Amino acid sequence: MTVKEPSAAPPGEGRPEGRRGASPRRRPVGRPGAGTLTAFIAPGLLLFLLFVLLPVAFAAYVAFFRWNGLGGPPTDFIGFDNFRNLLGDDVFMGDMWRLTLLVAMSIGIQLPIAFGLAMLLHQRFPGRTVFRLLFFVPYVLTEAVTAVLFGLIFSPRRGFADSMLQSIGVETQVGWLSDRSIVLFVIFGILTWKFFGFHMILYLAGRQNIPEELYEAAAIDGAGGAQMFRNITLPLMGPTVRITIFLSVIGTVQLFDLVFVLTGGGPFHASETLAITMYDQGFGRNQIGYASALSIAMFVISLVFALFYQRYVLKRDLQGSLTTAGGGRS
Amino acid sequence: MNVRTPRGKLLRNTGLYIAAFVTAAFVATPILFALLGGFKDNQQLRENALGLPSPWNAEHYTDVLTSDSFWRQVFNSVFIALATTVIVVGCAAMVAFVFARFAFRGREALFTLFAAGMMFPFAVAVLPLFIILRTFELLNSPLGVILPQAAFGLPLTIIILRSFFRAIPGEVEEAAVIDGAGPWLFFVKILLPMARPVLATVSVLALVGSWNSYLLPLVVLSRPTWWTLPLGVTQFQGQYASDTAKVLAFVMLAMLPALIFYAFAERHLISGLTSGGTKG
Repeated sequence: MTVKEPSAAPPGEGRPEGRRGASPRRRPVGRPGAGTLTAFIAPGLLLFLLFVLLPVAFAAYVAFFRWNGLGGPPTDFIGFDNFRNLLGDDVFMGDMWRLTLLVAMSIGIQLPIAFGLAMLLHQRFPGRTVFRLLFFVPYVLTEAVTAVLFGLIFSPRRGFADSMLQSIGVETQVGWLSDRSIVLFVIFGILTWKFFGFHMILYLAGRQNIPEELYEAAAIDGAGGAQMFRNITLPLMGPTVRITIFLSVIGTVQLFDLVFVLTGGGPFHASETLAITMYDQGFGRNQIGYASALSIAMFVISLVFALFYQRYVLKRDLQGSLTTAGGGRS
Repeated sequence: MNVRTPRGKLLRNTGLYIAAFVTAAFVATPILFALLGGFKDNQQLRENALGLPSPWNAEHYTDVLTSDSFWRQVFNSVFIALATTVIVVGCAAMVAFVFARFAFRGREALFTLFAAGMMFPFAVAVLPLFIILRTFELLNSPLGVILPQAAFGLPLTIIILRSFFRAIPGEVEEAAVIDGAGPWLFFVKILLPMARPVLATVSVLALVGSWNSYLLPLVVLSRPTWWTLPLGVTQFQGQYASDTAKVLAFVMLAMLPALIFYAFAERHLISGLTSGGTKG
């Protein structure tokens, strides 16, 4: 840290602040000119405006037109027709139903499994680090590559899953990914494989932030394991649980890679997600206006959920109680 | 059950290990299937799906490892990930620096604007992005993937960096000012070196995000020249649909860089990937 020469400061910001001992008044590094501030912000802001805000605004605009994306800007203004059509679109409504189902299963099955495993790995026992490392591995893998792997495991031509089941004496005649009634559950199984480790790590961090003194005190008062779990662990894990539910829902709304590569949304839309319908309409059928309306619907769903959730569910976590003192702001 | 008696303890430990091993099998089986399957031929895969390969057959792995397309895709993935990371961390650090240490009119509004970017799912923007990139003639160019990825990485990166920059004590800044440093010098010579741990965290986030990204490259890169690994794997599967063992070898090799990275930078990777969840 040898910063000595004031002359090294770039030009265009007036005199550098090197008034050695001139006044005891505290001077922050800047009262730098507007030019300097702009220079710092400009690259990021430009990137953000051009590739985030402009596309989103453009989607919101195009959603009110019938447009195939070709031959100049959209001209065929149709008001809210695209949005009205969405509500009557069986595929879109199906996407919403499947989203609800996946979210319900995630909250009801996947997160509790992750929670249970976190409690397990919080205990001290030999080999615990190895298990913790291993359980996080699926989360590290690329979704699209995972999807190719599971496509082979659940392959219709007697894949690995069938061989496994046969080895324990179960003959399967199941089209894992081609049977409309089970494909979504198979996908949920794969999602659980991929993501439980992530939630588990968050729970583990949350659990480690609970002071052990609380348990010691409870033990002195004669509380049993079940009582401690219900009265200490569960309430103090609340903030972490609420965050993982939030992340899980937002992630499910945007689900694309895994399902697209695995089934393309089929058979007969049985595993289709919002993002796949949008892709299909936009890039497959050039219904840019309609697909944009769908994009905006996705955005609104995420936004409404996020605002609602932050307003009503995360609210108490943001008020800085004991439970958030260790909320991972390291 | 009282866990303090020896018998209770034994019971507890047994239950613990059973649950841990069942989960470990659940996690490891698909990966072992890919690893071992790559060493089998297709007949072995059909007749002996579960056991070890016999004989071991490295041909599929060597085929992939000697193919130009695999290495090109590795290079493309690495190049795009590094470029994305440099751009997003660089731009975000400068913006976060200004947000953290200077007061000026409109600062909070501007910060809110960036933070609002967290609300936009990437899929919402991909269609208009495609049209914009087409207009700028950035389709089939790595920049068409790098720039949007960097842009979408900005909000979280800025939020994390800003809170770190804020926490650096004012005395450090005063000392620099007394030594005559201007904002640029302070930023480059003092702030960034001090922020190394958090820069590592956000870099990991950006690297992994780019490495795993699929939808944007799928839309932007229609020609194989710039295909990244995820695109290459899905394409390879389509091409060799009947040659399962070969695809498994390719899948395994495509997963390997992430696994190696995880093995060596486990701590950074976990804290990086979970920071989005805990720093919200």
